[in-house]
Amino acid sequence: MVPDRKYDVVVIGSGPGGLAAAVAAKKEGADKVLIIERDLELGGILVQCIHNGFGLEIFKEDLPGPAYAQRFIEEANSLGVESLTDTMVLDVTSTRFISVISKQSGYIEVEAKSIVLGMGCRERTRSQIGMLGTRPSGIYTAGTAQRFVNVEGFMPGNRFVILGSGDIGMIMARRLTLEGAKVERVLEIMPFLTGLTRNYVQCLQDYDVPLQLSHTVKRVLGNRRVEAIESTQVDENLKPIHGTEEIISADTLLLSVGLIPENELSKKAGVVLDPVTNGPFVDEKYQTNIPGIFAAGNVVHVYDIVDWVTQAGYIAGKNAAKFAIEEKNKETRYVKLTPGENVRYIVPHKLDKESLAQSSQTLQFRVIKPVEEKVWVEARSADHLIHRKLALYARPSEIITFEIPQKVYSEIEKLDALTITIVKA
Amino acid sequence: MPEDKYDVIIIGAGIVGSMIARTLSRYELDILLIEKEADVCMGTTAANTAIIHAGYDPAPGTLKAEMNVKGNRMWDTLAGELNIPFERRGDFVVAIGKEELPVLGKLWDGGVKNGVPGMVMLSGDEVRRREPNINPKVSGALWASTGGIADPFAANVAAAENAVMNGVEVMLETAFQDFIMDGTKIVGIKTNKGDFYSRWVVNAAGLYSDDVMHKAGVRPEFKITPRKGEYYALDRAEIVINNVLFPVPTPVTKGILVTATTHGNTVLGPNAQNIQDKEDRSVTEAGLAEIWDGALKLVPKLTLKYVIAMFAGLRAAGNAPCENPAIKYNADYVIEVPKNVQGLINLGGIESPGLVSSPAIAQRVIDLLKDRGENLKEKKNWEPIRPARPHFCDLSKEEQKILIQNDPSYGRIVCRCETVTEGEILAEIHAPIPARTYDAIKRRTWLGTGRCQGGFDTPRVVEILARELGVSPLEITKKGKKSEFLFRATKEVDHGS
Amino acid sequence: MEETIKMICITCPVGCRLEVIHEGPNVKKVTGNECERGIDFVIIELTDPRRMFATTVRVKGGIHPLVPVYTAKPVPKGMIFNIVKELRKIELEAPVHIRQVVLKDALGTGIDIIASRNLPKKDTLEAKV
Repeated sequence: MVPDRKYDVVVIGSGPGGLAAAVAAKKEGADKVLIIERDLELGGILVQCIHNGFGLEIFKEDLPGPAYAQRFIEEANSLGVESLTDTMVLDVTSTRFISVISKQSGYIEVEAKSIVLGMGCRERTRSQIGMLGTRPSGIYTAGTAQRFVNVEGFMPGNRFVILGSGDIGMIMARRLTLEGAKVERVLEIMPFLTGLTRNYVQCLQDYDVPLQLSHTVKRVLGNRRVEAIESTQVDENLKPIHGTEEIISADTLLLSVGLIPENELSKKAGVVLDPVTNGPFVDEKYQTNIPGIFAAGNVVHVYDIVDWVTQAGYIAGKNAAKFAIEEKNKETRYVKLTPGENVRYIVPHKLDKESLAQSSQTLQFRVIKPVEEKVWVEARSADHLIHRKLALYARPSEIITFEIPQKVYSEIEKLDALTITIVKA
Repeated sequence: MPEDKYDVIIIGAGIVGSMIARTLSRYELDILLIEKEADVCMGTTAANTAIIHAGYDPAPGTLKAEMNVKGNRMWDTLAGELNIPFERRGDFVVAIGKEELPVLGKLWDGGVKNGVPGMVMLSGDEVRRREPNINPKVSGALWASTGGIADPFAANVAAAENAVMNGVEVMLETAFQDFIMDGTKIVGIKTNKGDFYSRWVVNAAGLYSDDVMHKAGVRPEFKITPRKGEYYALDRAEIVINNVLFPVPTPVTKGILVTATTHGNTVLGPNAQNIQDKEDRSVTEAGLAEIWDGALKLVPKLTLKYVIAMFAGLRAAGNAPCENPAIKYNADYVIEVPKNVQGLINLGGIESPGLVSSPAIAQRVIDLLKDRGENLKEKKNWEPIRPARPHFCDLSKEEQKILIQNDPSYGRIVCRCETVTEGEILAEIHAPIPARTYDAIKRRTWLGTGRCQGGFDTPRVVEILARELGVSPLEITKKGKKSEFLFRATKEVDHGS
Repeated sequence: MEETIKMICITCPVGCRLEVIHEGPNVKKVTGNECERGIDFVIIELTDPRRMFATTVRVKGGIHPLVPVYTAKPVPKGMIFNIVKELRKIELEAPVHIRQVVLKDALGTGIDIIASRNLPKKDTLEAKV
């Protein structure tokens, strides 16, 4: 496969994991680093996380998500990281070929010496938690609602019930209340809060949003649009307790019931996933089971603090760069032996320059057509002759051996390819 | 008599109404197809098992059986002309344990009486060979090779589009209210969009066909009972079932299937529960539990981890006795010109096997019109072929490249999980039957049915629809009026720019 | 009158559960805190509780119709809704720059509300901002 573009390190996803990886890869010395982002701009999920709480560890500042992303975007730009936005990755192979499409660039094949997977998570859906009732409009996962409110500029409803006391749910409770909506209830199936305690204070308590632990949604009511949510208490086995049902009038249900690492592309590349985390198995370099494919951030496992995502991104990016540099060195380590005029094939096909540095190397080849007179067997670069020997004849039925002497190492060292040809003397 | 008159008005653009419109469009007739919802295919056709039944199951001698077997034969041509995804994989009726084998024999006999070709009795070993996931206790199966699966949404949309291509007028969000009568003759209908006059009216109103016919005083004893069937849809990445697997049937229902679909997902269901509300498509605890138990009987290895969606459909179950008094059957199809009223082609109770029967039903309507003296003149330039529109994810890499080169909007993926592009969405919005709601686009492109269930694509689809329809995003709906996605702009922002 | 109350510190993600003995605004004892910041938090929380908050402000001619903004420093808790009301009246013009002051000295608090990001003009969208 002939790629349209070649890069040393390709980072898929420009959330905090991907951005950190791209920056670290450049700093480690990778030459060409590319970020591929499906959205219109860089930043990933940080673009819509407009609340504070980012960067307390890394920058010792309390930043909102977009400002946190901005730091890395600016650094990436100044380091010369390239990016393709509004571009979707369709496929990743274990040999690190990436197929991408976009409106602007069409269908492109990218070859990468190493890859950092930074696709983040998707949100758990109502079907995955077996939610009963009708299928009206007005049911959103919290992240989708957040996108509408903070980026697109629309309120998806006026009266909300939120299922799940994870951070996204609580943060949206606060956000929606600030925008003039009423959050009727936050229901949490567990007997404990599943998000950060501080968020309970500054999102629910501060804004008078009622929280009910050990409660869940029994079913959704309303044919075209949500009209009400029937809630129920649950027992210690998380099973509904009959008789505890309550009908809560609402026009919108927000689901904050978990994040799932988004590893569809990883699977395509042959990356093996841990069924417990739903993310790739990784070592301390954040390398997956596929050499040269690394992963960082929520795609590996779900984080609660973005600063640790950045740390993981740094590690993955640095090691991806190291891998790419080593791959590059491996390539330049070899000189390709190319059949020239009247040469059918040569064995070996490529020569490790280190071997030539140690001692002379003997090639074997066959000609295509016989020449029953003296011939020069020549080893040439693009511009000049490196070495040759005289042969009395050249016949297809007889293998010709040709020694490349150690003394020409210094000339061979600079080359990518060496052509062997037959010329009449 | 007003000059603005149609020859035929068809009430209801489900699979039956759309197929009738398409078949009638072959003739020199002015035809109007009306549909109360914002899209075609929103009644029973929106949620069913999508099976092209072989026809061994309906009671022999009934109109149901006749329409099923006749219709089945027509599907190769139909699918070819309209470019409907259709696969004749054959139906398996699977007997678990030796006790169930005799029922297969009864079905065999029914099939023979109904004229079903290509039936084969298979041993338990043979079933295990063809479907490795089958319950190892399988004792045998009836394999009806003419059975198959189709995409009901594609079929409905394609039939309606082909009708439009051939001159049929379609009016969505147009609801029948009453007949306009001249004595015992129907001369037109009243709708929420005004009065329309016609020589013939076809009642293809599905769940509401009883209400419609009663307005003309036809069959006051006929009643549609909505019979709910719930379903699970399974993630195709988790499990692949290659076949259509039925259990041995009960008198009321064909039973809970585990079946392949043309989209690659496996579907489990349906159960059968009579309800009152013709709009109640909620999934229930008891219903889903029944589906699950039934499905496990056929494929014991299923686990809830495979579930990607749950939904419910409503059968338009009627109570009409079979025309032949010798056949004791009380839920047969009604396809008639009533005796007491002129100008009406009356259909009722078209429940399963409605999808497979639809082309035969349409042909029967033609026959009824001819019987009543209609001189149907064929159009010289009737175009039977409705061209297919590309599904990006089904194309080869080379085809995808060319598609994007010719139209860059195919280079923008809107639904990540199902690989649906902006180009496909635009094609559906600007198609002969325009897709103007989220669900309309979902039915046609399969967007939003994957792992994230619309989490990623919804904001993008809303934006595209608003832009293409030239309206505010606040007006974009999931399934028509009163199902808007968004309530207001935050801070009254100007989105017009 | 001495009182014992429970509080959750929100300074950092740990969220220490504190037990506080106080008499009016005077803090007598704090237990349950993992670090000094917990004590600072209690003192402020009892006398002049403050919060950071974030919201969005309208933008004309930008790549998005809104720009996210946030409080440069925590503001008095009771003033949040009124500051949000003030922000609703504002419409900025693109381009907006990160840390640009959107509302100076919000309602006399001495604290600015600033932009969280760069928001370029429409049709000049570049990944490299």
